[in-house]
Amino acid sequence: MLTVNAMGDICPIPVVKTKKALGELNGPGEIEVLVDNETAMKNVTKMAKSSGADVAAEQLGEKEYRVLITVSEEAAQAAKTAKDSRGTAAGAQNGENTQGTGAQSGNAACPTCLGTVVAVSSDRMGDGSDELGHILMKSFLFAVTQLDDLPDKIIFYNGGAKLTVEGSESLDDLRKLEEMGVEIMTCGTCLDFYGIKEKLAIGSVTNMYSIVETLKNAVSVIRP
Amino acid sequence: MEKIRLTQFAKHGGCAAKIGPDTLSKVLGRLPKFSDQDLIVGFETSDDAAVYRITDEIAAIQTLDFFTPVVDDPYTFGQVAATNALSDVYAMGGEPKIALNIVCFPENVDPDVLGEILRGGADKVREAGAVLVGGHSIQDDVPKYGLSVMGLVHPDRVYKNYGCRAGDVLILTKQLGSGIVNTAVKAQMASEAAEREAIRVMTSLNRKAKETAQKFTVHACTDVTGFGLLGHCSEIASASGAVIEIGAGDIAFMEGAKEYAEMGLIPGGAYRNQRHVQNLLDPGTLEEVYVDLLSDPQTSGGLLFAVPADEAERMLEALERADLGTKVSVVGKVKESGTDHPRICLREKVSIR
Repeated sequence: MLTVNAMGDICPIPVVKTKKALGELNGPGEIEVLVDNETAMKNVTKMAKSSGADVAAEQLGEKEYRVLITVSEEAAQAAKTAKDSRGTAAGAQNGENTQGTGAQSGNAACPTCLGTVVAVSSDRMGDGSDELGHILMKSFLFAVTQLDDLPDKIIFYNGGAKLTVEGSESLDDLRKLEEMGVEIMTCGTCLDFYGIKEKLAIGSVTNMYSIVETLKNAVSVIRP
Repeated sequence: MEKIRLTQFAKHGGCAAKIGPDTLSKVLGRLPKFSDQDLIVGFETSDDAAVYRITDEIAAIQTLDFFTPVVDDPYTFGQVAATNALSDVYAMGGEPKIALNIVCFPENVDPDVLGEILRGGADKVREAGAVLVGGHSIQDDVPKYGLSVMGLVHPDRVYKNYGCRAGDVLILTKQLGSGIVNTAVKAQMASEAAEREAIRVMTSLNRKAKETAQKFTVHACTDVTGFGLLGHCSEIASASGAVIEIGAGDIAFMEGAKEYAEMGLIPGGAYRNQRHVQNLLDPGTLEEVYVDLLSDPQTSGGLLFAVPADEAERMLEALERADLGTKVSVVGKVKESGTDHPRICLREKVSIR
């Protein structure tokens, strides 16, 4: 029998330890988890139940609880099947890897593939009034921050390069996007051409090879 | 600035760090009662802020809120804490005017981290249309941040957490689950999408929701925070002598919240909230996981409105049009009011007609 000592651990560490132990067990068997508070006792019980195991919890002392987890032959088999069928799915029931589950996005079949890329070639959106074009571009970039499914990268080139430098009205939105994991790149030749390289305020500088590569690998490209 | 994981400083994060309602009511019960003919809302009804009449047209709302980090990124933490603090003013029907920073910060951590926290807070105060004018800071091992906010409201249009009537529909302006998702993030078991959604919800001001609601009749209002939906419903129920039916099947939850709850990634505050409401609660045959979800302590949650049934449909449409950036749901309805046996009944579905 495996013993998990989670005395003194605060939420959610006991659950994390239990999940790890279930992964180590990787078959039928018993695990006892010792915790010192009711929240941990209830949460460990739920974690074990959700993995298909049988669970019994008892209070040993004022601040001492023991959760006994029994993984039957069938439950172990079911978990294994589920895991195999999910392949590399993040957060697998018996996840040996409790670190960073689900943190890696990207497509296993095509490691260089990107999802959506936004290519911004001007600081204005659409033809017609320049003034309106500026307003539209600003609200376009704001709207991108509100997407449920964010793009992987935004590339700025030619007039678009003016949007990533000091004084751009979209900097706050771009910062927000960068914080949420969107990569922001600006064409270096363009920054040089307009003499604003020193003023770049967000993201990194890129070159034509990398722009071509990025656009080629994107599943979809949005051009405002 | 070096990368920092702010949540590692805190045992409990956000509104989950709140002292339990049971403990609080015991302690507050022993304090002397203050009265003043111009005090419109005091703490007897556990409301969100104090409201004081200045003239017949103007009342001041005073509130403060701060907590330990719920997210790792300093700028985002500043935004969440400020959004949460400003929310108390919206929950009273007011408009925030002046904000002051409340800061606790360790001496040995890069001061730029504090700068980022304050920048996040300031950005939200600006978005709310209020002014930020200084504050107070002390050294402390665990970082804490929040605001004291003063707002204004017409004395006749103050939203209170009591006064709901039989037939009222309960509408909530944000999806639930931030306590559970934040716990999953701490356990490094949350998906990126879930984490992103939680951050978006926690940093959405309740401003538009309040402004939209002001075009309708609102019998009662509160913001859903540390006591969870059930805890805040129980405050409304107790304060109005109401029997409230909640239809769990129609409530919007954050992505992943149900799955994480089933895995036991539930903050201790949720169990405390359940204990607090157990005397009022009729759980019916609802699955346990829903009780956990409904009692999950929310950080910077949405506004909960009790509105007359004949206006509910139009208000839902107006909230939809207002483009809040969060999910609006019908939580349930008020079956009875003015009784001496307030109760909360959990159901799968509640018909609002």
